Amino acid sequence: MTQPVSPPRDSTAKVPEARPPAWRGLAARADVRTLSLLGVLAALIVVGGITKPDEFLDTRNLQLVLTQASVVGVVTVGMTFVIVSGGIDLSVGAIVALASVWATTVATQEYGFAGILFTAIVVGVGCGLVNGVLIAYGSMVPFIATLAMLASARGLALQITDGKTQIVTVPSVLDLGERDAYVLGVPPLVMVFAVVTVIGWLVLNRTTFGRRTVAVGGNPEAARLAGIDVRRQRLYLYLLSGLCCGIAAFLLIVLSGSGQNTNGNLYELDAIAAAIIGGTLLTGGRGTITGSVLGVLIFFTITNIFALNNLQSDVQQIAKGAIIVAAVLVQRRTASTT
Amino acid sequence: MAPEPPLLSMSGITKSFPGVRALDGVDLDVQAGEVHCLLGQNGAGKSTLIKVLAGAHQPDTGSIRWHGEEVTLRSPIAAMRLGIATIYQELDLVEHLSVAENVHLGHEPTAAGFIVRGKTASASTAALLKRLGHAEIDPARLVGDLSAAQQQIVSMARALSHDVRLIVMDEPSAALDPDEVDNLFRIVGDLTAAGVAVVYISHRLEEIRRIGDRVTVLKDGRAVAHGLPAKSTPTREVVALMTGRNVEYVFPDRPLSPPPGEPVLTVRGLSRQGEFEPLDLEVRPGEIVGLAGLVGSGRSEILETVYGARKPTAGQVLVDGRALRPGSVRAAVRAGLGLAPEERKAQALLMLESVTRNVSVSSMSRFSRGGWIDRGAELGAARAATRELSLRPDNPSVPVRTLSGGNQQKAVLARWLLRGCKVLLLDEPTRGVDVGARAELYAVIRRLADEGLAVLLVSSEVPEVLGLADRVLVLREGRVVHTAPARELDEHRVLDLVMEGSPA
Repeated sequence: MTQPVSPPRDSTAKVPEARPPAWRGLAARADVRTLSLLGVLAALIVVGGITKPDEFLDTRNLQLVLTQASVVGVVTVGMTFVIVSGGIDLSVGAIVALASVWATTVATQEYGFAGILFTAIVVGVGCGLVNGVLIAYGSMVPFIATLAMLASARGLALQITDGKTQIVTVPSVLDLGERDAYVLGVPPLVMVFAVVTVIGWLVLNRTTFGRRTVAVGGNPEAARLAGIDVRRQRLYLYLLSGLCCGIAAFLLIVLSGSGQNTNGNLYELDAIAAAIIGGTLLTGGRGTITGSVLGVLIFFTITNIFALNNLQSDVQQIAKGAIIVAAVLVQRRTASTT
Repeated sequence: MAPEPPLLSMSGITKSFPGVRALDGVDLDVQAGEVHCLLGQNGAGKSTLIKVLAGAHQPDTGSIRWHGEEVTLRSPIAAMRLGIATIYQELDLVEHLSVAENVHLGHEPTAAGFIVRGKTASASTAALLKRLGHAEIDPARLVGDLSAAQQQIVSMARALSHDVRLIVMDEPSAALDPDEVDNLFRIVGDLTAAGVAVVYISHRLEEIRRIGDRVTVLKDGRAVAHGLPAKSTPTREVVALMTGRNVEYVFPDRPLSPPPGEPVLTVRGLSRQGEFEPLDLEVRPGEIVGLAGLVGSGRSEILETVYGARKPTAGQVLVDGRALRPGSVRAAVRAGLGLAPEERKAQALLMLESVTRNVSVSSMSRFSRGGWIDRGAELGAARAATRELSLRPDNPSVPVRTLSGGNQQKAVLARWLLRGCKVLLLDEPTRGVDVGARAELYAVIRRLADEGLAVLLVSSEVPEVLGLADRVLVLREGRVVHTAPARELDEHRVLDLVMEGSPA
């Protein structure tokens, strides 16, 4: 073309036209939701680094944040499956409590490491089985069945402990929480969380179990008419959530060196909130493990930053509430524009 | 033309939902004091039209005139303020509130602006109920304790508690006994005598003859006839308008002789109490058997019972001579049955998912080992199945919700094609499918049959059944009244059979 070079004003007018497709292409590949959650997490780390540069970015502090996040994180992975299937599990905190006290009774501790791990997992899966049978085959509403489990499991945990803290005396269990057990600076508990996350992601995205979960949550009638055994799938999902609670209970035993009936208090709310922040639809049919885990990390990073800045738990609670509302509003907006 | 403008005049109303155009330029004129009947099959657009009239849906284009003046019905409250009341088919009452509370819901008589004056509400409710001929209903009773007919009266009382000029009744007689229907008609008569207009929706043509003044027939989102005289238009003409074609379709050729071989699907004495009477039928590989009947004839119920989605009262379904466990969808699917249900979005599709995942959902074990999905194989198989049906766009990774109705139906067919099913059950296969895409779908169905599939087809559109099926069973009120090869029947004959007993 023989035209002169266009003036700057003209070129600025053209740039906005050219940019959105490129941005959208990137976003489509990497998923806007995940990116925005990563952005929030990065922003929080920046805030932590600026307000308390020495304490927040200290290795020990980061290890602590991740370790604390691991227990709720494992529970959240199970919760995400349940919510994606259109259900809810209010009993996770109570199951963690029951599993942790059952696994730390004097009788169980006699069997050592294996006895504690085995008991925690069996109790978790057992509670999940009761939930699953009531919901899938007793046609009970998940909210009610798991609310009943919440009450009963907490009660049973109190009965077992009589309100007393059960100290763990098995050295091999306690050693897992010690610094000596860290591999390349990563605490074993965090590794368990990472492994559960990866397995959870693979199961949800790459297996028939994951597909059925999404189908049952997205449209149970269509799933049934497509030949999926909706009831059995629901049963398995509550078993899975119970299994995650059992693993989390073991992590908590390692972390606290004890079993208490007050363990796992309000884990259900943290797990549900993390899943929602991560973009899981409470009505089912859509959700990601990545989003939920980022939601957990965001929660625990905030808690840590607040604690380092001497803001008490009341302020933390208020902030958590505000974050949930903000996350849902932002997501609704991105959903309506796409 | 009457010098006085009609009470209500809707013109050129269009309304689209993702994937389907529910209303396509509908006109409706209603005069004060008339009973204007709205007729049409399920999915013809009646519900959407009355929701536009009730202010619950906003039309995309078109205008609404009220007493000759253009109005916009932004919300149900706006419609109510003008004097338009709607009694929906699914009654919108609050079961745990009393009759009086329901009648005055949203406009309770109050003292000092917020204290509900219960006695006033009770008294006015009692007066309304008396006017409706049901003084025996106690305004203090909970609505949940009333019968369906009584609840309908309460719903009507609620409509009348406003200063109503036009009242829309959506299938008001569906839940009523004959003597209750008589009372309903008396009320309708009183209302029209007082100058109130009634828009009356019903499938029952004999009712429309009794109380209707004029009829507007909807089909595929269009008004195919306006203001027909309700009393003198021949039934056959009305039914033909409801079920007939606006366009002549090219149906694929069918084989000259019935396909040989043993039946793959055999139904013996299958029945469901209150829905359909014992039914026998056989479908051979390569054969398309059609069930023709109007709404309420038991068509969909039969198909869903064959598929195991409903549990039969009696009878058996056999595939290749082996009886299926009754009431088990999984047994049916395993034996080789596949269903393309009437309500595609609600019953078949995972709307948040891609075409691939919708297609592969019934055959996941074929692309997985130990529960692990081979996504490459899955995508390849989904692509092959959707290509075979010429599904557009030719990219199975797109979300299924972005497809047109016809292509969504192809996705459902591809699901069963991929699974390799032997018997395809099609419930209203062209419902919500654009007129242009239907011929293509017919060709696909015939081709599948030619390749050896047995097809059991249900449709309320008589020409569709006659054009596509080899053999036709005509249903009326849950009973097969006639069976014949499709080539020996014509539309008029079938319509007479379907309407038998009504004045023709």
